[in-house]
Amino acid sequence: MIRLNSKTKLILTVAALGLTMLWFYHLEQNPRANGYLIKILERSAIYAVVAVAMNLMNGFTGLFSLGQAGFMAIGAYTVGILTIPVEARPNVYYISGVAPWLEKIEIHYLAALFLGGLIAAVFAALIGVLILKLRSDYLAIATLGFAEIIRSVIASPQMDTITNGSYGLKKILRFETIYTPFILSAVCIFMMVLILRSSYGRAFLAIREDEVAAEAMGINLFTHKELSFVISSFFTGVAGGLLAMFMGSIDSGTFRVTLTYDILLIVVLGGMGSVSGSVIAAFLVTGGREYLRFFDEPLKIAGVQISLFRPGFRMVIFSALLMIVVLFYRKGIMGDTEFSWDGIANFIYRFLPTGKARRGNGGRDE
Amino acid sequence: MNNGKPPVLRVENCTMQFGGVVAVDNFSMEVYKDEIVALIGPNGAGKTTAFNFITGVYEPTNGRVFFEGSLMVANRPQGKMKRFYQGDANAICSDVVRKTPDQITKLGLARTFQNIRLFKGLTVFDNVLAAMHMHLNSNFFMAALKLNRGEEKRMREEAAALLAMQGLYHVKDKIASSLPYGQQRRIEIARALATKPRFLLLDEPAAGMNPQETDELAAFIKKTKEDFNLTVFLIEHHMTLVMDISDRIYVLDFGRKIAEGTPAEIQENEHVIAAYLGVEDAES
Ligand SMILES: Nc1ncnc2c1ncn2[C@@H]1O[C@H](COP(=O)(O)OP(=O)(O)OP(=O)(O)O)[C@@H](O)[C@H]1O
Ligand SMILES: [Mg+2]
Repeated sequence: MIRLNSKTKLILTVAALGLTMLWFYHLEQNPRANGYLIKILERSAIYAVVAVAMNLMNGFTGLFSLGQAGFMAIGAYTVGILTIPVEARPNVYYISGVAPWLEKIEIHYLAALFLGGLIAAVFAALIGVLILKLRSDYLAIATLGFAEIIRSVIASPQMDTITNGSYGLKKILRFETIYTPFILSAVCIFMMVLILRSSYGRAFLAIREDEVAAEAMGINLFTHKELSFVISSFFTGVAGGLLAMFMGSIDSGTFRVTLTYDILLIVVLGGMGSVSGSVIAAFLVTGGREYLRFFDEPLKIAGVQISLFRPGFRMVIFSALLMIVVLFYRKGIMGDTEFSWDGIANFIYRFLPTGKARRGNGGRDE
Repeated sequence: MNNGKPPVLRVENCTMQFGGVVAVDNFSMEVYKDEIVALIGPNGAGKTTAFNFITGVYEPTNGRVFFEGSLMVANRPQGKMKRFYQGDANAICSDVVRKTPDQITKLGLARTFQNIRLFKGLTVFDNVLAAMHMHLNSNFFMAALKLNRGEEKRMREEAAALLAMQGLYHVKDKIASSLPYGQQRRIEIARALATKPRFLLLDEPAAGMNPQETDELAAFIKKTKEDFNLTVFLIEHHMTLVMDISDRIYVLDFGRKIAEGTPAEIQENEHVIAAYLGVEDAES
């Protein structure tokens, strides 16, 4: 085991942050050339928030919920509806017009994001009363159902003057700078880390480890499960709002179950119960998905068309990866530990040739 | 022992049925302040079941439990149970009082479990801290935004002091499930103490301990009782331990109380010898 002293760690942390800043600055200098990369990074940061929020509930409290897409939709539509510039509204709601009470309401995007999270949290609080008493597998089904209901309500013709029904929303306010989504995501994740490190976080862990014992130690199961669900949904809602601002236009199709599965993949790959794992995996998965795009393009090797390579193949590869992780690497990248410089140092040391050579080759000579 | 004072814990005509199976049958008992009382009986006698309805894990089918003079748990056969009920029809209780285990713990009762239920993946220190959560004064926003540094610091100091007192400080950063059985039992007791109880229920604290650990446990329980000003009610199979530390003993067999009295009385009681001690002596 290698233990770095705290000074080294501080230097490493500052250096890593500095390098990231420099890199961003460099990317921003030439937004045209780096636009694609910036987009991927932005999406990753937003997914990281949802993944950490999902982990807070699934990995830290032990409640298996699959309602993420629904809560994201609530946040996204709240932000969308409230930030489309008033003068652009007739253009957006060109089919059925916009509800008169909504016509002139436009608020600051930060307020809209907060409100989006709040509305998601209120929904969570209400349905939590009904479903948090269910056993874990039923909870997953119930939340999945909830997300689909939200999606169909948003797309229903009755909601046309508010959500623009199945036509979706356009001209949603974009981020002011490329730093905005990263800063907002970091703030959200930081707040969740604070919660997890507080006494409430320990109560969540206690519930995950053993409900009966947690209750016997004076931890009210319902209150704390409800709290975990509400917090998770709040940040999922905020992240949904960020996604709306990132995409600029959304419709109910954006928030299908597949979105929840994407997040689930990130959480599982990163490690249930590891915040840093979720963040790292969010970038790996979102980036990987883009770079795996070449599987979707026709491929010719020596003039022979490889028929596997066609649109959709990427998703097959991806699902196979998920299965491999679940079968052979169940703990994910980080297990339930957190990122630390000591961990990195030990990881590198293990792969250092000298480290191995000194230990010999196990006596299995050829 | 009672000096005319009311009991701290009073169980009154409690029956607990699982469907048609009567696990505890019309059981009554009292524990007075500062006593150590033991509940013994052969396997499957209903001892753990009695603990479970006292601490709110189960609802008794019928009967009442009082803690410090006020009604804590009460139930009567309802719904389907009306048909299944096999207990004394004259003893049917009139009130219904339901409390969840956390509410009961907040009243000042804490317990351990027969099949150790530590928070396995957490450190010993976090196990104790989690049990202190119920005493947290600051609200969620204060705690989450780390505005309660003072309180958090005090909690950590208290947890450290508690572990030091129990001789467990040196393992505080170990993952609970990685420790030997005997130590896990002691950690479970320390965790129960972290809820600041006045009444401690121990379900087979010596199970899985080696003879030396068991000897130490007797002294440990007595000392803990004095240090924390507790009343103790325990289930135990280990007769030497029970006879050594108990002020009074209740004996259950097939859910029924077959005897109660001081250790000396119990050792001479022929029902007990027939039902229990004869078998158990061979073991210990
Ligand atoms: N949840 C349950 N559902 C059905 N039957 C149960 C349940 N819990 C206990 N019983 C039954 O109640 C009876 C008493 O069990 P209990 O666990 O209280 O015994 P015990 O005295 O603690 O025994 P041991 O010394 O083995 O711990 C047993 O016949 C058991 O099978
Ligand atoms: Mg038992």
